[in-house]
Amino acid sequence: MEYIFVLAMVGLAAAMVGGGLFFSRLVAPHNPGGNKSVPYECGEQPIGQAWIQFNVGYYLFGLLFLVFDVEAALMYPWAVVFRSTGLPGLIEMLIFVLVLVIGLIYAWRKGVLEWV
Amino acid sequence: MTHPMLAIPAALPAGSPWGAQTLAERASASQNLWVTAGYFLLAIVGVTVLLTLLGMVLIYVERKVAAHFQCRIGPKRVGPFGIFQTIADTLKLLFKEDFVPPQADQVLHILAPFLALLVPVVLLALIPYSPMTQIADLNIGILFVTAIGGFGVMGILIAGWSSNNKWSMIGAMRAGAQIISYEISATLALLVIVLFSGTMSLSGIVHSQSEGWWVWRGHAAGFTAFIIYLIASTAELNRTPFDIPEGESELTAGFHTEYSGLRFAFFFLAEFINMFTVSALTATLFLGGWMPFHVGDWAVLNGAMDAIPPGVWFLGKTSAVIFLIMWIRWTFPRLRVDQLMHLEWKVLLPIGIANLLIAAVLVLTNFYPFPH
Repeated sequence: MEYIFVLAMVGLAAAMVGGGLFFSRLVAPHNPGGNKSVPYECGEQPIGQAWIQFNVGYYLFGLLFLVFDVEAALMYPWAVVFRSTGLPGLIEMLIFVLVLVIGLIYAWRKGVLEWV
Repeated sequence: MTHPMLAIPAALPAGSPWGAQTLAERASASQNLWVTAGYFLLAIVGVTVLLTLLGMVLIYVERKVAAHFQCRIGPKRVGPFGIFQTIADTLKLLFKEDFVPPQADQVLHILAPFLALLVPVVLLALIPYSPMTQIADLNIGILFVTAIGGFGVMGILIAGWSSNNKWSMIGAMRAGAQIISYEISATLALLVIVLFSGTMSLSGIVHSQSEGWWVWRGHAAGFTAFIIYLIASTAELNRTPFDIPEGESELTAGFHTEYSGLRFAFFFLAEFINMFTVSALTATLFLGGWMPFHVGDWAVLNGAMDAIPPGVWFLGKTSAVIFLIMWIRWTFPRLRVDQLMHLEWKVLLPIGIANLLIAAVLVLTNFYPFPH
């Protein structure tokens, strides 16, 4: 039942956007074309598309994020049951985190964390 | 060993009618289909009203606060003290042309505002406003909040990419890199609270703070987590000093450069409601949610504090955090991209990991400043 309510909220967001756009279409003017069709670049004529290759640095941070976010997702159930696992749970998580920290140190030393 | 200066919110009164907490619980408890449907409708209407009201109030407050920080007066012409300024702005945006640029990806360009608005709408349903007022209390509460909150970056990335505009593209890529980076720190800070309370349900976390709010009962670890979460969530909101994704002076408007009319308004609304949800979560997780402020054994003070309704407590704490975020925005200059990445990966992340392990040791030794 809880999830049905959450799902209803997704529907509500869709209805808000859809309804708002529909109402706006009814009352707002609509005449595309002319210089409005040119991408906005502070009055300059744009040269080429915007869909180009971009800085590889974003990709490296994406990879790092993936590692640490999966780690964090894995740590949620550990955090919930931590009181019952006690010291062994802490030691196991310590080893797990240590591996990831070594990875972070490696990336740090390799200069991945420097923005170029 | 209770320190008289530290606050201890009261435990729940036994046998109180605060049993069934959420609308969803009440809906599933009722046998009548019409009653269930009524709760359903109540939830939808409630969130709609809350969303509209919050959008109006927050945008007005932001403008007023910004104005007073800059020794201006702010909006004052539309209605008394300018309180209808936001309504006027919304109407203006409604009557503006809703324009999809021909070079853009037509489908994704319209989908992006929906993804952006989805996050605050779903999160509003999960927040415990008071013991009786919550729409759905998931048992994986915080995990769900993190997951849905992480979804917000999709709206921004899709908006920037689908616009096929260079400013939008740069803004979206920066926003993506920034939000995913700071999300790690925010998650690690939330993990500290899960460790302390031993539950992921948001109302369960509020109940776990009946002997003291985690921001001080969690010792230095709780306070550090609070600060980390505040910084990381400000960065996730793309607010100054972390506003390089939309830095007006260099990228015109960042990812929503090509958005006009009502779909721009949706991005704007989503941003402001996100500020509320982040502040509400901060209040819920670190500042005791709707728990009243209690000091040791001072019965008179505690009684007076109990007289204030929980909903007011919640709103008060949330407003305080919102004001803090606004204060930060109008005080600090914008960070550079390299400074931003340095702060997250070389400062916040190591501190966050160390803080989490310290918190684990605190939980293991049962080392809390307040007795059970």
